[in-house]
Amino acid sequence: MALIRLLFLMLIGRPIARLMTGADVIGRERLPLKGPAIVAANHNSHVDTVLLLTIFPPQALRWLRPAAAADYFLKDPVIGWFSRNIIGIVPVARAKAGTGVDVLAPARQALLDGAIVIIFPEGTRGPATDEMAQLKSGVARLAEACPSAPVIPIWIEGAGRVLPKGAAIPVPMNCTVLVGEPIGWKGDRNAFMTELRDSLLALGAEAPPQRWI
Amino acid sequence: MRFDPAGFLASIPQPLFWGLVGVLGLLSLGAVAAFAMPVLRPGRDHTNLRQRVTSWWIMAALLSVALLAGWAATLALFAFISFLALREFLSLAPMRREDRLIILLAYLTILASYGFLALDRYGIYLVFIPVYVFLVTPFLMACIGQTRAYLPTAAVIQWGIVTCVFNLGFAAYLSRAPLAQAPQAGGAGLVFFLLLATEANDVAQYVWGKSLGRTKIMPRVSPNKTWEGFLGGWATTAALIWFVGPLFMPIRGLGLGIMAAALPLAGFAGDVTMSAIKRDIGVKDTSHLIPGHGGVLDRADSLTFTAPLYFHILVFFCFHSAPWP
Repeated sequence: MALIRLLFLMLIGRPIARLMTGADVIGRERLPLKGPAIVAANHNSHVDTVLLLTIFPPQALRWLRPAAAADYFLKDPVIGWFSRNIIGIVPVARAKAGTGVDVLAPARQALLDGAIVIIFPEGTRGPATDEMAQLKSGVARLAEACPSAPVIPIWIEGAGRVLPKGAAIPVPMNCTVLVGEPIGWKGDRNAFMTELRDSLLALGAEAPPQRWI
Repeated sequence: MRFDPAGFLASIPQPLFWGLVGVLGLLSLGAVAAFAMPVLRPGRDHTNLRQRVTSWWIMAALLSVALLAGWAATLALFAFISFLALREFLSLAPMRREDRLIILLAYLTILASYGFLALDRYGIYLVFIPVYVFLVTPFLMACIGQTRAYLPTAAVIQWGIVTCVFNLGFAAYLSRAPLAQAPQAGGAGLVFFLLLATEANDVAQYVWGKSLGRTKIMPRVSPNKTWEGFLGGWATTAALIWFVGPLFMPIRGLGLGIMAAALPLAGFAGDVTMSAIKRDIGVKDTSHLIPGHGGVLDRADSLTFTAPLYFHILVFFCFHSAPWP
């Protein structure tokens, strides 16, 4: 299955991502090549996940696990199979958050098993404006659970134009992925979230203006 | 049909064959320089030179294969270059979210436009983008109903389609010139020499400017460009066109003189026009697609101006009426 995933993402996913987005990466040398590591990115489109999975070199692919909403990606059996086996998601049961269930357990386990967990701390896709939504603190809880994992902030510019929330037809437009300096866990949740937010916004300010006027 | 290597080699016009050999030689010199510089001048970062040279090899290889494979492959490659250039342009230019599907339609003009060239319907090609796309795009945008920034957006879209699709199409269409019209090196030879002269002009301007450049020519648009680079590049390219051009083109005398004088100017004009756009948008490069060079538009900016001029000077002096009747 790992081989099918690798072939699918490299031979089909990568050319499609390049065609639709140009897949420009700034700071490629800062991408983690093995886990445990956390990649925290802004989120405006399904394109984000495919783009992030396909900018990594093939040898890093087996470690990559995007954290994704179980209520959205696992409700349909076909999409569920694809999400689990090709995209390689770790499910997050958003609906059960706040009920005392540990919704981050699968992601934490993946991290402890040496995965590079991709997480979108905004929690859902935004409206592709410049603003980033309030970040949810799950990423800090993950960092706390695995303090040896560096947290790499990534800003994706333009993906919300290629396939915005609710749109059915993708339109090719250039996107830029900006990879930031890793953030370490220093013991304080609020300080960590502030540092992550500032670092994402700083990357966004560096991005070319691939956004609507 | 079996592929016959000897027959294929013999079918390549002599000037084109030696032209490609010459390019291979220049690229090899570049490769030697990229390997030698880190040894001769250690301690400096030579990544950009290495990336530049590697990218030149890839671009030359793609274009050579397309030219040798015939006009259909040349049209297909240029259609793809148009797509990359237009994608870069429309992604950086100020666009409104309501225009998302208009952008999708803009890409479809590439298929239609190059399709007319593939069908040899040059007359329709000539009016399709400048007249019909020009009329239909603003109408569809009016139907969408967003009037904020309507006029500038409509103008920006048309500017992008004309430069990236219509103008580059002329370069590709040269590959369809029959041997009777371009007996020196065929249609592929015409495209080859256009690319050679345009890129030589870019490189010559850069080299003259780097070695002698003092007086800035357009400091507010392109601060690295100098009069010395501009004039040196002009003279170098004009000499190349005057002395080497007749090996590839049927043009002679006055026509050749006009080509030699005008083409380097057009290349310079394309370069600084794109610089002004980039400065307006606030980016240094249009993308990072070509390592060491920037985006497709950074590399093809001169070509969007030289391609139509080269084509029309040839038509005016050699083909007289509509090309390849």
